[in-house]
Amino acid sequence: MAKKFSKEHEWLEINGDVATVGITDHAQQALGDIVYVELPEVGKKLAKDGDAAVVESVKAASDVYAPVDGEIVEANEELDANPALVNESPENDGWFFKIKMSDASQLDDLMDEAGYKAFVEGLED
Amino acid sequence: MADPQAENLYKTALYDLHVELGAKLVPFAGYAMPVQYPLGVKGEHLHTRAKAGLFDVSHMGQVRLVGENRVAELEKLVPGDIAVLKPGRTRYSAFTNDDGTILDDLMITNAGDSLFLVINAGCKDDDIVHMRANLDNGVELQELSDRALMALQGPEAANVLARFAPDVASLKFMSFVEIDIAGIPCFVTRSGYTGEDGFEISVPDTEAEKLARLLLAEDEVEAIGLGARDSLRLEAGLCLYGNDIDTTTTPVEGDLNWIINKRRREEGGFLGADIILDQLANGADRKRVGIKPEGKAPAREHTMVLNKDGYDIGEITSGGFGPTVDAPIAMGYVAIEFAEPGTKVDLMVRGKARPAEIVALPFAPHRYFRG
Repeated sequence: MAKKFSKEHEWLEINGDVATVGITDHAQQALGDIVYVELPEVGKKLAKDGDAAVVESVKAASDVYAPVDGEIVEANEELDANPALVNESPENDGWFFKIKMSDASQLDDLMDEAGYKAFVEGLED
Repeated sequence: MADPQAENLYKTALYDLHVELGAKLVPFAGYAMPVQYPLGVKGEHLHTRAKAGLFDVSHMGQVRLVGENRVAELEKLVPGDIAVLKPGRTRYSAFTNDDGTILDDLMITNAGDSLFLVINAGCKDDDIVHMRANLDNGVELQELSDRALMALQGPEAANVLARFAPDVASLKFMSFVEIDIAGIPCFVTRSGYTGEDGFEISVPDTEAEKLARLLLAEDEVEAIGLGARDSLRLEAGLCLYGNDIDTTTTPVEGDLNWIINKRRREEGGFLGADIILDQLANGADRKRVGIKPEGKAPAREHTMVLNKDGYDIGEITSGGFGPTVDAPIAMGYVAIEFAEPGTKVDLMVRGKARPAEIVALPFAPHRYFRG
């Protein structure tokens, strides 16, 4: 399975035409303690760069954007009871939603793991 | 991320220590201030409630008023009874204006030969102009701009500070003493902005880092940033100037009637007294209240408050998540007929009306030391 990354600090794990989406370890560290995640409803159609979810820390709310066009097929209900999963396991158990992609060519705009690592290092300089 | 060093920000005497401790520094009221340390906002908040936290609040203004008419002159600008304040006692008050609204909130201490004032960072320049323009009859304002201010807050704060200055143990809430801490001359008030027992310590800039390091070396003490300072004060139901009170709110609307005692209500004689005394007698149209969202979604400042019929009845002025109550919490203004605790309301968050309830403040009980 291929893993892709966006400049908005999301990761996508691609399985056929479905992408599992979450926020990266770098993103959760920058946000701090997550206290609430608002997830999109199953069946909702999203356009790339549109609002997909909201993640709230003690201090502030941050938007999570859809990295690709598609339809939500599953949301991680575990995050309702335990939003801290995003801090503890951002790139595994702390996933946000699964989206059925309508235009797989949009994946070409995203970075691979090495590309994302270099992107983050560039931000920290 | 913005580099605070690049923006011509003021630095407090503890700036280098913040950097060394790994703080995330942000611009705040013109200063590069630590919003959090590696422990994180939630951890810092919970640590302060469990043990003791050290806060750098040197961005706040410290001034002294001298001159024999200082009390009467200051009473022209604040609705509090300063004449009754004995030496060594501290009082919370507010500068009002001709509209009866609030220019700033502040702490006033009778330091014996002077009044010692602590004012908000974002207001201090305007406050000083306002005081210099209005304090007559030989009253002189001295800016104590070479002093740092730190707060040591939490249930272990008194135990920790007494190791360096045993006499602070018996100091009561809202009292003041000039005392040496580990040989450093300090002004200490038993007060704070967390709802916990604790102290605010004014110290010469040149000695600030030494004192901070001494306190941080104690097992119970962690450095705490502005993020946790905000969540702690919100749980304690304390106003943040600029959010919860400002030049659009009167002390009566802000539920601060308690800062105006019987004598000042009878005599008036402060800016905006006609408006404020009228509201005290006849009520205001709206009031600051605690608001508890029913679900888990925090409602932030500027969130609209609706009654159960869907009408706009007010606005949240501070809102977030309270780590100690482990739930979202908020305060804001609602029309007076909806201000009673227990009233059900809705909060408009991201286009959805979400249920909430008006509640009494504070969310976390105050634990002040009253002797």
